[in-house]
Amino acid sequence: MTPTTALQAFGRFWWDFLVGDTPELAAGTLAVVAIAWGVAHGGGALLLCVPAAVVLLLGASLWRGRHG
Amino acid sequence: MTSTALLVLAVFAACAVEAVEALTIVLAAGVTRGWRSTFEGAAAALLCLVALVAAFGPALLHYVPIFVLRLVVGGLLLALGLQWLRKAILRASGLKAKHDEDAIYRREVARLAGVPRQGSGRDATGFVISFKGVFLEGMEVVLIVLSLGLSSGRLGAAVAAAAAAIVVVAGVGAVVARRLAEVPENAMKMGVGLMLVSFGTFWSGEGAGIRWPGSDGAILALIAAYALVAFLAVRLLQRGRAAQLDRGPEPA
Repeated sequence: MTPTTALQAFGRFWWDFLVGDTPELAAGTLAVVAIAWGVAHGGGALLLCVPAAVVLLLGASLWRGRHG
Repeated sequence: MTSTALLVLAVFAACAVEAVEALTIVLAAGVTRGWRSTFEGAAAALLCLVALVAAFGPALLHYVPIFVLRLVVGGLLLALGLQWLRKAILRASGLKAKHDEDAIYRREVARLAGVPRQGSGRDATGFVISFKGVFLEGMEVVLIVLSLGLSSGRLGAAVAAAAAAIVVVAGVGAVVARRLAEVPENAMKMGVGLMLVSFGTFWSGEGAGIRWPGSDGAILALIAAYALVAFLAVRLLQRGRAAQLDRGPEPA
């Protein structure tokens, strides 16, 4: 195994592990973290936006799983 | 105290689920390829996993600022937890086939029995299959142990919970051996998913600078809220599926 193929295999492993067949969850998680950052630096009044975003993300992914 | 108990429970359950999946592969390899090489493969994989935790755990804690660690591991826990929860909800509502350890065991035994042996010494196939099974299933546990342990500052408790789960599953596995299908894997996966998503929401929020009302107690509120959402999602999907079955197949 060459260093290039080893690196490719390593990258593929982590891609499958964290993204796999649900790229919407990986991308959505980044959005949730960004929302959390925005809420924290906007005074924290909209605290419930963070779990609400998680619920919306899960719902969207389930909808995709149901109809995909 | 509450968060420590929840952390131990989450790590124990996550590790138990992965250990059951790894045990299926180890049993299949042991029965078909011999126990010596299989145990050596499993032991080598466990050593690698322990080395990963020992190498990365203290180093990350020492060199990475805690808010960055919480933000990153919070996101990681959210991503992993949402994957577990999504799969568990789809399985509970009948939209996805359940993980059948008996079927996987039979498939692995049939596959491994067909691979010819080379020589009379150690069996390389048994070693590699066992190593891969334990290492790949264990990687998820390593991530969960590091994420939960580091973000809460209780790495020791997380490692102890994971070790306890491995001992319990290996002990029970030795007794019940081929009755792994009786383990309520999907219910455990649902519980772990709920806890990982709740911890992920909590720690990514803390890392971003949010101060949750009730401090650690907010994790319990998050678990309760997400559990309600998961319950409603399963019911909704079950009703949708029943209605679709009543209507019959859609015209092509």
